[in-house]
Amino acid sequence: MIRTMKKTGTAFAASVLALLAAPAHADSGWSLLNMPVGVTELSKKIYGLHMMIFWWCVAIGIFVFGWMIWAIVSFRKSKGAVANTAMVHSTKAEIIWTLIPVAILVAMSVPSARVLIDIEDARNTELTVRVTAYQWKWQYQYLGTDVSYFSTLARESNTARQLQSGIDPTSVPNYLLDVDQPLVVPAGVKVRLLITAQDVIHAWWVPDFGMKKDAIPGFVNEMWFKVDADKTGRYRGQCAELCGRDHGFMPIVVDVMSKDDFAAWLAAREAAVKQAAAAATATTRTIS
Amino acid sequence: MATHAQAASHDAHDHKPHGWRRWVFSTNHKDIGTMYLVFSCVMFFVGGTMALIIRAELFQPGLQFVDPQFFNSMTAMHALVMIFGAIMPGWVGLANWLIPMQIGAPDMALPRLNNLSFWILPFAFVLLLGTLFVPGGAPAGGWTMYPPLALQAGDSFPMMIFAIHLMGISSILGAINVVVTVMNMRAPGMNLLKMPLFVWTWLITAYLLVAVMPVLAGAVTMLLTDHFFGTSFFTASGGGDPVMYQHIFWFFGHPEVYIMILPAFGVVSEIIPTFSRKPLFGYESMVYATAAIGFLSFIVWAHHMFTVGMPLAGQLFFMLATMLISVPTGVKIFNWCATMTRGSLSFEPPMLFALAFLFLFTIGGFSGLMLAIVPADFQYQDSYFVVAHFHYVLVPGSLFAIMGAVYYWLPKWVGHMYDMKLAKLHFWLSAIFVNVLFFPQHFLGLAGMPRRIPDYATQFADWNMVSSIGAFGFGFSQLLLPYIIIKCVKAGAKAADRPWDGAHGLEWELPSPAPFHSWEVPPSAAVIARGAEH
Repeated sequence: MIRTMKKTGTAFAASVLALLAAPAHADSGWSLLNMPVGVTELSKKIYGLHMMIFWWCVAIGIFVFGWMIWAIVSFRKSKGAVANTAMVHSTKAEIIWTLIPVAILVAMSVPSARVLIDIEDARNTELTVRVTAYQWKWQYQYLGTDVSYFSTLARESNTARQLQSGIDPTSVPNYLLDVDQPLVVPAGVKVRLLITAQDVIHAWWVPDFGMKKDAIPGFVNEMWFKVDADKTGRYRGQCAELCGRDHGFMPIVVDVMSKDDFAAWLAAREAAVKQAAAAATATTRTIS
Repeated sequence: MATHAQAASHDAHDHKPHGWRRWVFSTNHKDIGTMYLVFSCVMFFVGGTMALIIRAELFQPGLQFVDPQFFNSMTAMHALVMIFGAIMPGWVGLANWLIPMQIGAPDMALPRLNNLSFWILPFAFVLLLGTLFVPGGAPAGGWTMYPPLALQAGDSFPMMIFAIHLMGISSILGAINVVVTVMNMRAPGMNLLKMPLFVWTWLITAYLLVAVMPVLAGAVTMLLTDHFFGTSFFTASGGGDPVMYQHIFWFFGHPEVYIMILPAFGVVSEIIPTFSRKPLFGYESMVYATAAIGFLSFIVWAHHMFTVGMPLAGQLFFMLATMLISVPTGVKIFNWCATMTRGSLSFEPPMLFALAFLFLFTIGGFSGLMLAIVPADFQYQDSYFVVAHFHYVLVPGSLFAIMGAVYYWLPKWVGHMYDMKLAKLHFWLSAIFVNVLFFPQHFLGLAGMPRRIPDYATQFADWNMVSSIGAFGFGFSQLLLPYIIIKCVKAGAKAADRPWDGAHGLEWELPSPAPFHSWEVPPSAAVIARGAEH
């Protein structure tokens, strides 16, 4: 039995240490142990909550596992322990171990409720993108513009992920987490996503943004994020709700640009859309 | 298994027939219990094989063995088989064997119903497992069968729905039998607060079953009519609401979780006092805590679906209600710790499983508490963190409790002691590999790996490989279980009537092996008093 305790204890200590030592988001496998801190206002708050609850659990765990281990070590029949059969009830103890957990829950729930209220505050967003999920791709439409496009698994990943493709996944850059056209958003701006689906339920999840939200046919869900102004770059995620055969193959990639770069990108896309429309009209005229 | 003399002394329908008739026409709680347990064991290996197919595919990134659609079938079928085929029948089997013996009754109150509720199950599972061979393959929309995805299934769809209806009927009948037996068949003097906790937890479980299995039946029937009869309960394009399905499903689904774990609390509450040689600490608070958990299980369902987009007030309510469950659960953990405190502990296989339950179920409880926190759940939801959580409460929780129960009562059932060394080996292999299997899944989920994916990004490769190694280790270790049981049934040292010196309860007052009919004459007040020293 001591072996169980040692094993559980060691595993526990190791995981605690590992969690402490883990960098925010390392790239290699063994060090991927904890939730990413993320790059948005909310993701940091959520990470903070996650760690707060984790440490509460560690504290409670030290007490509970400590008690179990102490009892198992100290009261062994093989060491001559004699049972105290009169010890069957204690109202005082039972009140204490009901009330203390309640107090801990209150301590946990107040900050959780605060963060939740912040999450639900979707006012004053500056940019709205409509996200529509399909089996198995994402569509992004920039509200107020004509910019709209689909985002699907990158071709290299798609070739490598076929059954017995013979292609080593490690040779494919960002295997399964790369798309043809990423979502592009500005940093330092509160961006609102209006999320829905055309066929079955999907879920839009980028761990670095701290949030996921279901994309449900017939519903429009709202979700917002505000990436720190200095955190421009590329962030990756995946569909999180089982959506059929290729559920594992509809990644999400978000390019976060500076405000100016984003404005330039959006203007270029709009111009391209106009050009294409003009070309199409011209073609139609020529034909007729 | 039973003494013929006693069986023969009864009138015709009590006479034990031989050969296949004994089993097919059985109205005996012990034979039916045995059939349930054997069925559970078979399904455990069927579901386990599916799990190993999943873990084999996930051993490395890339698709090596199965098509993604078949992979999705495996995840859905693994869950359905394990929940409805292994864990639930396992508990019903134990209830059949133990409840009459523990409350001083000769048999279950409704023996023919008992026969029916078991014999529905093989048909249900022929239908369910038969879906593997129909065009379109087995159900691949998850065991939760969320529409609209579930409606995309092929021929497997109606088979799955009818299989679930049959399982539901079987469970409801079994539950009614437990309620009626406990309420009406207790020996004189065995009042409710003298009942062993296994009976108490099963009584509350039975009420949960009767309350929620019809809800599941309703939900899947609506799916059926949406698919075949043009209704639009859950189809948005017809004015229906796909989220409503999730509310209905989880109104069943959350109590279902407790249906699988409450009897485990009962078993652990029997095993720990026995091997601590000390009565259970806080018996009454254990009963009240079980009832409180049963009640709370009805008002927390939406914590399974925080990401569907609920009003703030709803999210707060379900968060707080969910967190509240940790209070009665904590009371139970503390009572078990207090039972061991100042006891005289020994570590036979049932105690080892109960202690592993205590440690590992607590870890599952911690991750459950974390999952209750809505903002953090927005990260955890549908990730491997959830997979790790519910496997920690179901495998070292429910399953270890079932195996602990088998090792605890097996000598009473067959009259032989089993091979203690092998059973301890079985325990240690299970306890070690279950952690190798599931602990890394916490890391994977936190790092961003979604559940139910057949292939993954390369940064998840390392921990997935560890998890798969654990899965194969755990899976093959389980082969020891039937081997130990068969060996014990065939031969072994004669078991004493009370093979564990600290055991209390009416079942230990019966001879080993227990007679075909448990208490033909109700136990005397003195026997009940001796047995009720819980």
